[in-house]
Amino acid sequence: MSEDLKLTCLYPCHMQLQAKMSPFAGFMMPIQYSSITQEHLAVRNKVGMFDVSHMGEIFIEGPGAEAFVNHIFTNEVRGMAPGQILYGMMCYPDGGVVDDLLVYREFSPEHYLLVVNAANIDKDFAWMKENAAGFNCTLRNDSELWGQIAVQGPEAEKVVADVLGYPQARELGFYTFCDAEYKGKRLILSRTGYTGEDGFELYCTPENTVEIWQKLLAAGVEPCGLGCRDTLRFEAGLPLYGDELSPEISPVMAGLSMFCKLDKDFIGKDALVAQKEGAIERKLVGIEIEDRAIPRAGYPVVNMEGEEVGVVTTGYHSISLDKSICFALVRKEYSALDTPLQICIRKKVFPGRVIKKRFYKTNYKK
Amino acid sequence: MSKIMEGLLYSESHEWVKVEGNIAVIGVSDFAQKEMGDITYVDMPEVDDEVAAGEEFGALESVKAASDLIAPVSGVVVEVNSDLEDAPEAINEDAFAAWIIKVEMSDKAELDALMDAAAYKAHIGE
Repeated sequence: MSEDLKLTCLYPCHMQLQAKMSPFAGFMMPIQYSSITQEHLAVRNKVGMFDVSHMGEIFIEGPGAEAFVNHIFTNEVRGMAPGQILYGMMCYPDGGVVDDLLVYREFSPEHYLLVVNAANIDKDFAWMKENAAGFNCTLRNDSELWGQIAVQGPEAEKVVADVLGYPQARELGFYTFCDAEYKGKRLILSRTGYTGEDGFELYCTPENTVEIWQKLLAAGVEPCGLGCRDTLRFEAGLPLYGDELSPEISPVMAGLSMFCKLDKDFIGKDALVAQKEGAIERKLVGIEIEDRAIPRAGYPVVNMEGEEVGVVTTGYHSISLDKSICFALVRKEYSALDTPLQICIRKKVFPGRVIKKRFYKTNYKK
Repeated sequence: MSKIMEGLLYSESHEWVKVEGNIAVIGVSDFAQKEMGDITYVDMPEVDDEVAAGEEFGALESVKAASDLIAPVSGVVVEVNSDLEDAPEAINEDAFAAWIIKVEMSDKAELDALMDAAAYKAHIGE
């Protein structure tokens, strides 16, 4: 085990539950507690909880905060109401992705919270500082001061309202948040998630994170590892940075143009405009194959003549849909729905076709 | 603790072999199925395919990962357990009952390179 691996505040809880642990994004993280299938189904049918304390929290404050965030972020920050959350990306000038993230418009004027991927915290913070010159705002990486638990599933609202005592959870719409307290310390109650189900993400101090975890556990909420976090987000058609978004895979290639407002200025805009007008070679698609064999990341995608035209980025035998499906990055001319394509799995070639990337019908709070 | 069956032979890559005359019945150990977690697919060869000792003959797939199946002996596949196509979880339920393939051995001396139950127990550190 590398000595450089970081631990989240919930590490002792994972040990206590005898979770199967593995390095992820520089942290020692739980992959599963019982089984990926059981945890996956708990989130789809009842409620599960995830340790997402490894995620990064970067606060931007000052008179120039709005203009700065709008400069580095693909989505439109101007006009956000306090308590509103937006998903989007930070891009390089060539349209490649630095990271995908959430922007929280805080209740204090001129305050924003940016929640970024654990693996990218240092890179993102450096990128932000590099591009902050001339903007009148301060940047603060407080990632180590915050724990985070995601409570996800159809019973999440009931658990957060009744078990944790936050009835205001019932009033929150999807992609909004409110401020609350736990033992006198700030708790951010956010109606967001990464599973395709209704749910919340709770940000609070590391000590309070541990207490809340124990309360949820005692109430029968299923502890869920990163294993099912991936199967759940995949079924819901959500990208994972490193697989479906990267310096080489732009939001336009990944089919996420709706989160890029091309009528405003931001880093990477010109490249994305050109890509939108046709200057891309590859696009991310969904593919379903007619077999139980499982397409995995890195497996080649070939056309009906056997010529290689793409590569799988994530694939599973879907737990909720009982089908073998994947995301794949393929040459643009093969990206239309129903295009026949084949996937090479070990020594065999399995026929399939292009389908919509949102494999599972999501159940978000309206 | 994993279950280990007496009277079988084991490979370092966690396949078990039950010898029935010239036929080797091949499966994976209880230790292997536990390591894999929920098995969702078994990629098997076809009858009459040749397999070679030490080489891959198929794969087990769990939700998260694929793991190659390595032939403990060489020979020709005479039967595959087609029940596993629809019920791969049978391996999780009882790894020693859920055989995967039967091979007519071409060189029974290859069996000498395999471990008995006691040696395999030591190999997995239990």
